[in-house]
Amino acid sequence: MAGQTKTRPGTRKVSRAGKKAKATTASRSKAQSGVQAVKDLTIKVCMGTGGLAAGSQDVIDEFAAQLRVCGITADIVKKCVNKTGCRGFCAKDVLVEITLDGETAVYQLVTPDKVSRIVQEHILGGDPVEQWLVGPEYHAFHDKQTKILLKQCGQIDPEDINAYIEIGGYEGVKKALSQTPFEVIEEVKSSGLRGRGGAGFPTGLKWEFCSMSSEAVRYIICNADEGDPGAFMDRAIIEGNPHSVLEGMIIGGYAIGAKEGYIYIRAEYPLAVGRLEIAIEQAKKRGFLGKNVLRSGYDFEIRIKQGAGAFVCGEASALMRSIEGKRGMPRAKLWRSAVKGLWDKPTVLNNVETFANIPLIILNGAEWYRGFGTERSTGTKVFALTGKMKNTGLIEVPMGMTLREMIFDIGGGMTGKNTLKAVQTGGPSGGCIPARHLDLPVDFDSLASVGSMMGSGSMVVVDQTTCMVDLAKFFITFTQHESCGKCVPCRIGTKRMLETLTRITEGRGREDDIDLLIELGNDIKNASLCGLGQSAPNPILSTIEFFREEYEAHIKYGRCPANVCKSLRQYLISPEACKMCGKCSRVCPSGAIKWEPRHTAELDKTKCVKCGACYDACPFNAIM
Amino acid sequence: MPDEKLRITINGKVVLCSRDETILDAAKKAEVRIPTLCYDERLEPYGGCRLCIVEIKDFPKPVPACTTRVKDKMVISTETDEVRRMRKNILALLLSNHPNDCMRCEATGNCALQTLSYEYEVDGTRFAGETWNLPIRNDNPFITYDPNKCILCGRCVRICNDVVMAGTIELTGRGFDSRPDTSFGRPRSLDNCEFCGQCVSTCPTGALIDRKAVGRGRAYEMTKVKTTCPYCGTGCNFYLNVKDGEVVKVTSDFEAPVNHGNLCIKGRYGYDFIHSQERITSPIIKKGGQYVESTWDEALDLVAQRLGEILQEYGPSSVGAFSSARCTNEENFLLSKLVRTVFKSNNVDCCARV
Ligand SMILES: Cc1cc2nc3c(=O)[nH]c(=O)nc-3n(C[C@H](O)[C@H](O)[C@H](O)COP(=O)(O)O)c2cc1C
Ligand code: SF4
Ligand code: SF4
Repeated sequence: MAGQTKTRPGTRKVSRAGKKAKATTASRSKAQSGVQAVKDLTIKVCMGTGGLAAGSQDVIDEFAAQLRVCGITADIVKKCVNKTGCRGFCAKDVLVEITLDGETAVYQLVTPDKVSRIVQEHILGGDPVEQWLVGPEYHAFHDKQTKILLKQCGQIDPEDINAYIEIGGYEGVKKALSQTPFEVIEEVKSSGLRGRGGAGFPTGLKWEFCSMSSEAVRYIICNADEGDPGAFMDRAIIEGNPHSVLEGMIIGGYAIGAKEGYIYIRAEYPLAVGRLEIAIEQAKKRGFLGKNVLRSGYDFEIRIKQGAGAFVCGEASALMRSIEGKRGMPRAKLWRSAVKGLWDKPTVLNNVETFANIPLIILNGAEWYRGFGTERSTGTKVFALTGKMKNTGLIEVPMGMTLREMIFDIGGGMTGKNTLKAVQTGGPSGGCIPARHLDLPVDFDSLASVGSMMGSGSMVVVDQTTCMVDLAKFFITFTQHESCGKCVPCRIGTKRMLETLTRITEGRGREDDIDLLIELGNDIKNASLCGLGQSAPNPILSTIEFFREEYEAHIKYGRCPANVCKSLRQYLISPEACKMCGKCSRVCPSGAIKWEPRHTAELDKTKCVKCGACYDACPFNAIM
Repeated sequence: MPDEKLRITINGKVVLCSRDETILDAAKKAEVRIPTLCYDERLEPYGGCRLCIVEIKDFPKPVPACTTRVKDKMVISTETDEVRRMRKNILALLLSNHPNDCMRCEATGNCALQTLSYEYEVDGTRFAGETWNLPIRNDNPFITYDPNKCILCGRCVRICNDVVMAGTIELTGRGFDSRPDTSFGRPRSLDNCEFCGQCVSTCPTGALIDRKAVGRGRAYEMTKVKTTCPYCGTGCNFYLNVKDGEVVKVTSDFEAPVNHGNLCIKGRYGYDFIHSQERITSPIIKKGGQYVESTWDEALDLVAQRLGEILQEYGPSSVGAFSSARCTNEENFLLSKLVRTVFKSNNVDCCARV
């Protein structure tokens, strides 16, 4: 695991003051003559999961090798290369930021073969390689954002507690421990912070319920399950700044009177798990965790529990059952978790991002925090922008920013000639918001008002090439697969909805299918036990509400307006465009195309299986 | 706290409840029947079948009665058109993945799913779709499991884990394919099964049935005879199901004060001896090294005579009696009286003490 190579404490930056080489021209000549000046040089390579997947380890290795070749000793190379967390601009990974004598340049799409030129021209020569630098969209991407949580991600070394302490880390714990738990809870309450796990429950209230319990043993849990397929903000926060989450948990634990905390994280996040392990170890050594935290008399431990990656295990009661070693299945809410949670003891569960907000609120005060966002949804929110936009990745914006600003200003608008059709917010639990609602401010309440939800904060932007029925089918396939099976409406109801959508996309839809979907969808929402079932029909109900004509086109006219649904495609051969080459006839698996040399090809619709092989094979675009 | 009385109104009737009672508890007090499939008094409320949904005044959506605690002044309606419509859809969803083969099913006449489908006038056609079509499992000498009839109420799993504590079965899989099974689908008898048939006793459908009684009669053909288990001193009650003078099977007596319908393997399946050909039905006396069948009069006379002689010759401490746990309390009491007051001996014990 890459996350286990440590950077030495206190070596974030190579700063050998006084030994700086001044003129770049001088350094170039020195480099050429083989004499190496020691510079004030920092190289930051994106080492989040996105970066790693794009090959950042190879890039780092290449930098190390190249600098060694150029005579910069290996020792210095090690110091220079920080393993930074996610910077959010994933579309352009691997990102490399080079700070040379106080000036910073950022490269995008760096591959190992580009490293040699960067080292020669920029590091040794002093002239950044212009053509590979990030463009204006990188700056647009960053300038409209308000980063308070992601600010340090990509800036500090996540595997070094000193880096976090240098920027004021753990000051929040110190301040909280000097107050009473009651005062801490009041501060969080007055900040207006609402849970970032999806439902938006006021965090301070949740803590207050638990703190009022008469039981002595209590637990605090961080939900890092992040099961929504489009979301990766929790992972990014943990990978980029794990100590901020620990700090939030320590403060929360103190406030509610818990001596034990758990972080429930999916095993598919090995890098995040590794970084948390390192962070916990370091925090223990520094006295932020363990017996008698900072000599305050307060004891607090944090354990990591790895989950097997079931979506439903993100649900509070299922998550607690999973920690107990049972099957991850939601439990009916006869009692609140604040009364009977983990092992039937009072428990507080919060999301990763919720916890990351806590140190900032304690340190800067509730008033400062309320300065971000709207009145009923305070603070910022991290969103994962994906889909047909120029810039995709993680963004952090104040609550209440409009979809339009997010997609067009930060996201840089749509790619190519595509037009925006809808935005799916909240992943499989959320709904589709059509283009006409683009000026909707994004906060907990306004999303709910259009039948969607904040969910984890994933946003998928779709254009005219997406079929809404197919999109709804995608999400219900996911929820059906992830249903725990406990309650009837969710277990069988989502299956029947999936079957109904499948027949619609295959041209076998029935007249009353839309009504059936609406009735069944509402029953599933109203009768299911947990949030999974209660929100599973949202993608279907919202696409029916806003794109009913697409459903009707499939059912009544056997036509898919976006031309996505395979069974509904009609292939035609244009006699004018056909150049009589016969390629289509040779690839057709069902013998539906009749062709003889020097004759235009003819398609027999009754034999066509709509596989599209001819369409792909025709060199002259004669098949439509 | 029992004295904490909350006033609840159910279908117009007022009942007094305490804070930790559920709507279902309150309904029982008011003698209002709410349909359930996953509820069994022996188990913790589960909230899986969702049939017990009811409407509460000023609540945005229906709530399950089994897992919602009452609040003071709650006004509850259990039979509105809307909840009846939703129950109908839930039943129709269940029937859409069910063999609907009541004609041949062992549970016919004793199946909660059948009763409710009849009451709500539903069948499985509305949501017809994929069905399981899984093989029937006959890998246990006492229990036949037909997964296709399972409605995933989870009662078998819960009784096996929470009451018997055998842990033989658990819900496995996800989504449409979740179902109760042993680990890795191993034969039930190999996976720590105690053969107590508790799962069969709680199953509301024909998914789990007593293998020994297959084809031997419908529930309504049985004469039910309430009796006490003869095997040990616990005194569990159950019903012998008798047809044509023969005991066909044992079913639970859920009102039984000692066992609340719970039984072990002996009580539930150990009834073969009743009609066994090898059963000894008259006293046997050893005469000249040979066992010879005789009459009660002869046997009792012999015992009385020999006991008298021994007592006379060797005194009270020379005799004793050891009774069986299979006797009732009353029988044990009588034996103890006989030994202590007639024989004047304290040598009396019972295997139930071990
Ligand atoms: C099916 C389902 C999946 C969920 N997955 C997550 C998750 O991955 N991460 C998370 O923080 N919350 C998830 N939640 C929400 C949690 O149940 C819970 O509300 C949340 O963790 C509470 O934290 P908060 O108050 O900080 O938002 C999920 C809920 C449901 C119903
Ligand atoms: S709604 Fe779905 S996931 Fe939730 S308890 Fe019911 S079956 Fe399980
Ligand atoms: S086998 Fe019977 S008791 Fe077990 S889950 Fe299925 S229906 Fe319920």
